[in-house]
Amino acid sequence: MPTRQQHPEILAMIEKTISMTEAIARIQNGQTIMVGGFGVPGTPFCLIDAILDSGVSGLTLIKNEANEDGIGVSKLIEAGRVKKLITSHLGLNQTVINIKNRREIEVEFYPQGILAEKIRAGGAGLLGIISDIGIDTLLADAKEKITVQGKTALIEPALRADVALIHAAAADRFGNLVYEKSARNFNPLMATAADIVIAEVEQLVECDALHPDDIHTPGAFTDYVVILERLTDEYGILDHHVR
Amino acid sequence: MSAKEKIARRAAAEVQTGQIVNLGVGIPTLIAKHIAEHKDVCIHSENGILGMGLPCDRGREDRNLIDAGGRYVSLRSCASFFDSAVSFMLIRGGRLDISFLGALEISAAGDLANWIIPGHYSPGIGGGMELAQKARRLVVTTLHTNRKGAAKIRQTCTLPITARGCVDRIVTELAVIDVLPEGLKLMEIAAETDVQTVLDRTDAELMVSREPIPRF
Repeated sequence: MPTRQQHPEILAMIEKTISMTEAIARIQNGQTIMVGGFGVPGTPFCLIDAILDSGVSGLTLIKNEANEDGIGVSKLIEAGRVKKLITSHLGLNQTVINIKNRREIEVEFYPQGILAEKIRAGGAGLLGIISDIGIDTLLADAKEKITVQGKTALIEPALRADVALIHAAAADRFGNLVYEKSARNFNPLMATAADIVIAEVEQLVECDALHPDDIHTPGAFTDYVVILERLTDEYGILDHHVR
Repeated sequence: MSAKEKIARRAAAEVQTGQIVNLGVGIPTLIAKHIAEHKDVCIHSENGILGMGLPCDRGREDRNLIDAGGRYVSLRSCASFFDSAVSFMLIRGGRLDISFLGALEISAAGDLANWIIPGHYSPGIGGGMELAQKARRLVVTTLHTNRKGAAKIRQTCTLPITARGCVDRIVTELAVIDVLPEGLKLMEIAAETDVQTVLDRTDAELMVSREPIPRF
């Protein structure tokens, strides 16, 4: 077997980097879009801004939360581009809670770890998971039940999307991705669970610069890499969370 | 010291060195500094951190390092990062020694209601159900009564529950109460209160020992 050292051209032939314009052209009205991030860390703000500029609408978004008022996916929701949000918690976004309460958007809530597992199952080619989380609560009312080893449990169908929008700290041209600190969150899960996976990255590195042991998302899952020329203010520190 | 700080200080005594601990929103976040002063404890944050430290000093913020409530935090040695699936595997899989959560209501059977007031408050459940249902020990930290002065500890919950029979201990500014198979038992009372005040502000049967009740 030839090693990569002897034949660097083997993987160097693959080129997944595209422009932001080319990336966004792959997103259409009415699609289901997974968006990485938990708060600011890991949210692909530039991809979100490009969707806002592109004018696509009627979207179903899958995201842990809706960012905070006026930033990230909240802008898409506030602009009326989103018909449905599948999420875990909106506690830091009163604007979106108000939009939900006015019934201008449909919101589906899942326990946070169940949302993660539903996405993981989608990425793993499974039909769903079986869980007892929320079994005694309102959340169980509409769910299909099953008895497993004598216990009643809930069937939580897998989630997949047309497109996943990912933010990574670094990538190589093959789409191997590395996340930083608490910016990992839902990103590696969503990167497995969509038909088209677009990663915006802060830095593109040479193919051998990322050690194979250190890669969080193997390049096979990444379809396109968009290199960010600069980070907008939204990636920065939110003053109201400073001590 | 405010009532909430008093609750946090007493709740911190529940934690033992070496334990894996999650601090929910509200009063539980105040517990961190009381733990940090005395014990080597590993704090878990749902967004994918084990070994989280205190909120970081002004000017030391890292845009990629927040807790589940969005605050910029520091790290302790031996910390690790992971994705959201692993984060909740840790909770559901039984690796979380103690979860501290706030409450709207707690029932005599240890049911917890803390996520929805139909028609008024419905921000979503977040990680609360998994923390309530699967932590090895659940300590609820809450003011004894709500803003209207009504008891939060009740014979049964009136609000939709988060999880059934999940609460092990309740720490309020007035009392420490355990949820036992036979019912609620008063374990400690605050230094500046008396048993009758606790009984008056509790809307559930409370077992009270004839021995002197320890103070905190």
